[in-house]
Amino acid sequence: MSGTTDIPPIDLDAPDVNADVLIVGGGLVGGTLACALAQHGISVAVIDSEDPEALVEEAYDGRSSAIAGACQRVLEGVGIWAHMDSGHQGPGGGVQPILNIRVTDTDSPLHLHYDSDSVGGPMGYMAENRTMRLGILARLDELKDKATLIAPARMADHGREADGVWAVLTDGRRIRAKLMVAADGRGSRVRDAAGIRLVSWPYHQSGIVMTVWHEKDHRGIAHERFLPGGPFAILPLPGGHHSSLVWTEKSRLADHIMDLDDDLFHAELASRFGDFLGEVKVVSKRFCYPLTLQFAPTYIDRRLVLVGDAAHGMHPVAGQGMNFGLRDVAALTERLVEAHRLGLDPGGADVLEAYQRWRRFDNLLMLGLTDGIVRLFSNDIAPLRLARTLGLAAVNKLPGLKTFFMRHAMGDIGRLPKLMQGTGL
Amino acid sequence: MAQAFATTANPDELAKFEAMADSWWDPVGKFKPLHKFNPARIAWVRDAAALHFNRDATTERPFEGLTLLDVGCGGGLLSEPFARLGFKVTGLDAAAKNIAVASLHAERNGLEIDYRCQLVEDLAQTSERFDVVMTMEVVEHVADVDLFLRAAAHLVTPGGMLVGATLNRTLKSLALAKIGAEYVLRWLPRGTHDWRKFVKPSEFAEALRAGGLRVEDLKGMSFDPLMDEWHLSDDLAVNYMLRAIKAE
Ligand SMILES: Cc1cc2nc3c(=O)[nH]c(=O)nc-3n(C[C@H](O)[C@H](O)[C@H](O)COP(=O)(O)OP(=O)(O)OC[C@H]3O[C@@H](n4cnc5c(N)ncnc54)[C@H](O)[C@@H]3O)c2cc1C
Ligand SMILES: C[S@@+](CC[C@H](N)C(=O)[O-])C[C@H]1O[C@@H](n2cnc3c(N)ncnc32)[C@H](O)[C@@H]1O
Repeated sequence: MSGTTDIPPIDLDAPDVNADVLIVGGGLVGGTLACALAQHGISVAVIDSEDPEALVEEAYDGRSSAIAGACQRVLEGVGIWAHMDSGHQGPGGGVQPILNIRVTDTDSPLHLHYDSDSVGGPMGYMAENRTMRLGILARLDELKDKATLIAPARMADHGREADGVWAVLTDGRRIRAKLMVAADGRGSRVRDAAGIRLVSWPYHQSGIVMTVWHEKDHRGIAHERFLPGGPFAILPLPGGHHSSLVWTEKSRLADHIMDLDDDLFHAELASRFGDFLGEVKVVSKRFCYPLTLQFAPTYIDRRLVLVGDAAHGMHPVAGQGMNFGLRDVAALTERLVEAHRLGLDPGGADVLEAYQRWRRFDNLLMLGLTDGIVRLFSNDIAPLRLARTLGLAAVNKLPGLKTFFMRHAMGDIGRLPKLMQGTGL
Repeated sequence: MAQAFATTANPDELAKFEAMADSWWDPVGKFKPLHKFNPARIAWVRDAAALHFNRDATTERPFEGLTLLDVGCGGGLLSEPFARLGFKVTGLDAAAKNIAVASLHAERNGLEIDYRCQLVEDLAQTSERFDVVMTMEVVEHVADVDLFLRAAAHLVTPGGMLVGATLNRTLKSLALAKIGAEYVLRWLPRGTHDWRKFVKPSEFAEALRAGGLRVEDLKGMSFDPLMDEWHLSDDLAVNYMLRAIKAE
């Protein structure tokens, strides 16, 4: 990062940690990648600036994620799912199958209805992000022969050279590897240091996120409503009586809503939520995230690859950010395991180019699609509203099209990496 | 062709490789085609060895305990991957500069490979033998193909195997591998290859048979311009590989 360093790379010949791959950022995407590689015999060092203890506290990330079917198979294949799926299944832990998705438009009687019977199995799962983080930590511990987690830690300096990559941490520890992975999220410093500039569009929308308790059982049904301010999603959590809310509003209004006292906030919420689940109470802190769409025009550089939010970020309307990150993981793992079994350098340019070819097309398609949905549905212009109402009705009537959308929501479109098909490597 | 003593060394050829030795590990440099070959040819050799020695190629270091001789190893583009796969590798090259580049690169990558600047016919005079002898893209550069292949065959342990790769001498290879690669696509420096020295599969097999080996398999390699990758094919007219075994 900084231009000068006291420790020239040549002194790294006896580093404290030597691994095949150095992953910067041990979030949902970086953490899953670490498990996937270590499980296949590729050694990894993961550094994260946050303390793992703090990461699994509720205040750090009150979000829950919808995990598409194909991504569940990735988590299962790399041994994380078993930890999420075992133990306490209820508020604060476990996974909730999504059996049914109901999409409705403002004031319109027409519905788009996805249900698990027509695809044979749940549409996906809901889990709190901390459940997934705990699962990753447990799995990394099982794989500690091949995976070294270094956290909290920050890089003081790093470099990528013809022969390999290196990092010096602020506490003086040194790491050497053949490939560096930027999994450090939207504000990726590793990406910035590589001079990869993002292309981005702000939506001037924010997502207000919280967990609610409701009187009636949600029966595994997810609801997505397209309200004039943006999508409003009710996503079922383990236990039956909790749901995760993602409430999108124009940013200025969202800031205002965030400032309301509990009673007024509840009134605003109840008017959108309705009473179909009986009484509703907010049981978590409120979180607010500005929404922007952004992507890196290239995912690779010398001995560097970008994965997850560091490479692309999208509007959470389709609940796909993490899911697309897991597709990056599955594709990169497949390429790296292939190279590893050929005795080839994991940072070799051909390996990285093959990954980029595979992922970029897919992600751009998805970004475009998500962006299109947002623009279509976050709009109160009458002809557009009519178009989307008719659109929803049409999708409902055409089984082929509906299955396509459904499979899409489940992450099943495109040439799937083997880990996403549920087959081993 | 008139040579005072029988030797496989062709001084002109060796001088060409010495002059390019600094670019062995540049994936987009003068040896780019060999780097591009690597995934397809390594996979083929690996799978053949796994089958022959009954090893599981998806495990860590599947070939632990076996020896491999890389004849005409150049900068070690194949020696290194096979060392990572567990073979105890000896790399042989007639050009001293190649051996220097290969040794330095292996050291920087923490690999133990026994690199030697020696001719294959000289090594064959000793009692050393190897489970696998590999000679990829070399025979088209040597002075005496028969002597070279006989010596290589001699170095295979009974029950072991030899793998080789080269360019076939056909009109198609003249058009593609010589004129196409050197003059049209500029993949290779002009004058890299002398088409008359390309070796037909029948000639390759015959020389190995004289050295006591039986050819078991022949495989072509073709370029896919869309994927920018080489893959295995049944077309032997340009690039081909061959596998032979020595009876117990
Ligand atoms: C409101 C909202 C709802 C969402 N809902 C869903 C959903 O339902 N389904 C879904 O699939 N996606 C959803 N997403 C998207 C999803 O949360 C992200 O795509 C996902 O978390 C990205 O994971 P990541 O690991 O790439 O990045 P992050 O989760 O941002 O992780 C980055 C990691 O890197 C570490 N780090 C950062 N900088 C450094 C540094 N310099 N050095 C070391 N470490 C560093 C951080 O501590 C962190 O652990 C949602 C997003 C939002 C905003
Ligand atoms: C085209 S390169 C192939 C390198 C390596 N086998 C590969 O495929 O990546 C040919 C190599 O054969 C070597 N060579 C040529 N004649 C030789 C001989 N008679 N004995 C040993 N090596 C020779 C050259 O020095 C050169 O390194």
